[in-house]
This record gives sequence, structure tokens and C-alpha cells, in this order.
Amino acid sequence: MTNALEELPQRAVAANGHRAGAENGLVAPAATAKSRPHTLLLVPVAAGIALAIHFFISRHQLSAGQYYWLFLFIVLGAGLVGAALYPFFSGLRERMHNLSAIFAAAILLLGLWEVITSGLRLLPLPYFPSPAAILDSMINDRGLLFDSTWHSLMMLMNGYVLGVIVGLISGVCIGWSSSIRYWGMPVLKIVGPIPATAWIPLAMVISPSTAVSSAALIALAVWFPVTMLTASGISNTRASYLDVARTFGAKESYLIFRVAIPAAMPNIFIGLFMGLGASFLTLVVAESVGVKSGLGWYVSWAQGWAEYGKVYAALVIMAGFFSSLMTLLFKVRDIVLVWQKGIIKW
Amino acid sequence: MVTVGAETSSLRVREVTKSFHPPGNGAARRLALDSISLSIAAGELVAIIGPSGCGKSTLLRLIAGLDTPDSGEITIGFEQISGPSAERGLVFQDPNLFPWLTVRRNIEAGLVARGVLHEKRDEVQKFMELVGLDGFADAYPHHLSGGMAQRVALARALINHPKVLLLDEPLGALDAFTRMRMQDEVLHLWRGGRAERAVRVRPEIVSEKLLRLWQSRRTTMILVTHDIDEAIYMSDRIMVMSPRPGRIERTIPVELDRPRDRSSADFLRLRAEILEHLHFAGKSASGNNGS
Repeated sequence: MTNALEELPQRAVAANGHRAGAENGLVAPAATAKSRPHTLLLVPVAAGIALAIHFFISRHQLSAGQYYWLFLFIVLGAGLVGAALYPFFSGLRERMHNLSAIFAAAILLLGLWEVITSGLRLLPLPYFPSPAAILDSMINDRGLLFDSTWHSLMMLMNGYVLGVIVGLISGVCIGWSSSIRYWGMPVLKIVGPIPATAWIPLAMVISPSTAVSSAALIALAVWFPVTMLTASGISNTRASYLDVARTFGAKESYLIFRVAIPAAMPNIFIGLFMGLGASFLTLVVAESVGVKSGLGWYVSWAQGWAEYGKVYAALVIMAGFFSSLMTLLFKVRDIVLVWQKGIIKW
Repeated sequence: MVTVGAETSSLRVREVTKSFHPPGNGAARRLALDSISLSIAAGELVAIIGPSGCGKSTLLRLIAGLDTPDSGEITIGFEQISGPSAERGLVFQDPNLFPWLTVRRNIEAGLVARGVLHEKRDEVQKFMELVGLDGFADAYPHHLSGGMAQRVALARALINHPKVLLLDEPLGALDAFTRMRMQDEVLHLWRGGRAERAVRVRPEIVSEKLLRLWQSRRTTMILVTHDIDEAIYMSDRIMVMSPRPGRIERTIPVELDRPRDRSSADFLRLRAEILEHLHFAGKSASGNNGS
């Protein structure tokens, strides 16, 4: 069965007569990225194939996703415009070389998805809608989705910023002072590994509002990795950096803020990334059990009404939302840690 | 050579003993320095030479104030050393530049730490020119070669105008050619770039009195090294240390005119003498491997 599924897009590709470029796009993107004509044509061709698939499938259906038409035409148009402007902008050329193949593959994947769902109806319907249906739900319910995204963002930011601030302070204290480490480390070791979501029952009892308790839970989830990695970074500061600083008359504040903290920065950023991941998880769980807003709430609410198109729409938005925040944090890190060599790119 | 005014900032180490707990082995303390005494005049460049583990670095750390002796005392002028301070700079074999700061900010670090960056900002430019790092102000340390990184470390240590500069094998990690060039540069810094430059560029303003003043303002330098040639080439006196426990076995004055010729007869004679003290003289090299 899976074999049959995998062959399908290739048959569709063959039928459209653009086999070479598209197949390469699926099989060996790196190879095609080198040669010019392929780079130019990959995205428009893929969009054309997806349009053809959508045309054949949707003509038998009443509720034809017109937004999906629009979307695919925009992609096709963007691909053609890119191909037309290709010779003039070297930045664009660079990007097209890198991204055309993966974009084309993503579009073909949408086509494959449509074939499997509304085309061949291989998957049970309410649970697995077609991409066109998901796009319809996303646009029809855009007001509530936007509102949910906004609430999630606010909640996440409150919790994350609070967790980072507290985590940095406690991490620096534990990492720098051996007496604080003596008392603080056991607390950190025992309380920290408990997943923040396990505190939900308690948080509901203690806190005046679910919004406050959810933000606090996110902060708790962020606090642990940030504290742990900050503390280890600070306490592992090379002794010779501190010695050198002492010999030019540095006081303790200089040693902490100008030597130990910068030296711990690479570690601190690992903590920030882990904290961000933990905050996403805690956010979605907190929203689906307590708070009455946000994307997590939206997903469980839509699921309650069996509107799976909306569930997937929210998931798509979450993917973009969380991934953008990760990218943002990577950008911040690239700026702060510009002095490091061999830094990992996102 | 030593003026009366400068005498007040001479360095004295009196019967200093220091022992350590070797890691892992709880009971026994290992004696690193056994009742060391020495005296270094202001503006003098003294080399300390000896085999590994003879306590050279320990001695420097004590003088820097990073460690405290078990007994004995270390004084500069009439002041006893009780902790690290900006008047005693330290440069290690590893330049230990702060990798998160650019070259300029590394050199500034000493001024920032003392909170005087604002009034001494023009010093930074002077020191960058002095060590020839003018074009690298905004480079980060990982872009620098070993020699350049060590120049930054020297400028960073010197910007506070320390009375004493402690050099713990500063050139040990450099290749032979860079090393010889850097020896001249360190000597140039020791003599004070200002004086040399003034003599070269505007000799008419340099009076006898001014020269003496500059000389008295020379930074005292203590150079720990493994390299006998380096010690002879650079220093006024060489102290030979013996290991376990560390002692100063002998002090040898180097009375050769600078710039010194590494292949002159006097140079080579001195070299042979030091090798003798370190028990690496000719006879053991000629096949007699019993000790």
C-alpha cells in the first residue's frame, strides 16, 4: 500500500511531462540546485502539478476549495516572477539555488496529500481533511485563529521572559557562589526535573486565575534548563580568565558581569533554547486543560466539534509560530555570540 | 642604573614557602617553594629559568597575589602584597584573551575594570600602535595568530602601567622565528616605546634628564622561561631554580650590551655555564647516560 502511495506523484509527474526536473526535486535536490534551468523551473513546475491534481480532484466535488486555487496560483506566480527576476539579483539567485528544490518538494507533498485524502479517499475523512479543506478552515476562521495566536504569544512571552529572568539570576548565583550552590543545587536537582505540566493540578488550586498560573508554569518550565546551564557555564569559567582579570585590578562585579557571564554565554543560549522548547510544550498543555484562549485551547475546542480542518489549521499556525520564535532566538544568538567560531546554523 | 626614586618600588621576596595538596592524595603536602628569597630592583628585567615543576609559575602567582604564601612575605617598596592588583600585570603562555571581546576591547579591559576608561581612552590607541595592532582593532581573538594574540595580551597587561610585569613563558607557544622577533618586541616594551620612538623621531627633545626619567619608569619584568637563549638574550640577571622543592640555586648576571648577539663568544660561554648548572652540560650529552 505504501508503495502504491509513493508511486502516485511520480505517475502524476510523468503524466504532466515534466518528469526530469520534478523527480530530481524529490530525489536529489542537491544535484539540481547546481544547474540553472532546473532551479528556475522547479517551483512553477511543482505548482503546476499541484494545480493539475487539484483540478482533477475538485471538479467532482461541490465545495471546491477556492482558497487553495488562489494559494497555488500565487505560488505559481511567485515561482514565475522569481524565474523572471533570476538574472538580475544575485541575492535572489543564491536563495533560489538553495531553496527551490525544497519548496518544490513541499508543494508536491501537498499534491500527494490531496491525492491520498480527497482524491483516493484512502484515509477516514473527518480526521484527515485535504489541504484545500484545511486552508478553507484557516481562512474562514481567521478571526478566532488570529485571536488565539495572539493570546498564545502573550502568554508565552510572559512566561518565557519571567522564567529567563529568574533562571539567569538563580543560575548566576548558583554558579558563582559556592554557599548558594550548596543550598540551591539540591532544590534545583529535585524540583527541576519535574515536568512543569505535572504542577497543573496544584497550580489550579493555588492561583487566582488560569492565565497567571499558566504563565507561572511556563516560567517554571523555562527556569530549570536556563538555571542549570547558566550555573554550569558560570562555574566552568576558565580560571585563567578570572586570574587575568584580577591582575588588572578587576573587582568582583567585573569578574561576574564582564568575565563569567560572557564566558558562559554559549551555555546560557543552550539553556534558552531548551527553555523555549519546554515553554511550547507547557503552553499547549496549559491552554488545552485550563486557559480558555490560545492555540492549544483552539485545538482541543475544534476537536470537540470534530472540526479537524480547524485542528490542522491551528497545527500549521503553531508550526509557523514556534518555528519563527526559534529562528528569532537563533538570530539573537548569532548576534550575541558573533565572537564564537564554528557556530551551528539554524 | 637604579635611581633612588625607583628604589622604593623594588620587589623583595623574603623566605617564602608554599606547599600544595596534590589532587587525589589527601595526606601529604608537596613543598613547591622552599624558603625562597630574592630581590629585584625597579626597572630590572630578570629571567627565572629551571626545569618543569620547579615552582617558577607558583612564584609568579604569589608575586601576582593570586595565591598567598604559607610563610614569608613579598613586598613592593614598603608595601606588602596581600592580593592581586593592577600594579602587577601577568601574561601567561596562553594569551587568555577574552574571546568575546574585540582586540580593542581586550586592551581596554584593564581600564574598564578600574573604571578609568573614560579619562584614559587615548591610551588604548597608543598601546595598539605600540604593539603594532593598529589595523586589527575590531578583530576577534580567534582571528589572530599566536604572536599577534600575545601582543594583545602584553598591551592589555601594560595599559595599567604596572610596576611589575610577570611573564610566565609568554613566548613558549610561538614558533622559533616569531619568538625571536617577539623577544625584541618585549624588550622594546620594557624600555618603553615612548623613549625609543622619541630618540628616533625627535632626538632634539630628548635630554639626559628625560632619558633617566624614562629609565626609572621602566616596568620591572620577571620572565619565566624554559629557553636559555631567551633568558640570556633578554634579561639583566638570570635566576636558576632547582626543583622539588623549588629553590633558587644561583643568580647569574648578564653583563652584555644590548642588542645582544646570539652567537657571540660571551653569549655562548654564558649558555654553557647555565647548562652546567642545570646539569645538561656536554658530558651527559656525549653518551654518559648514568646520572
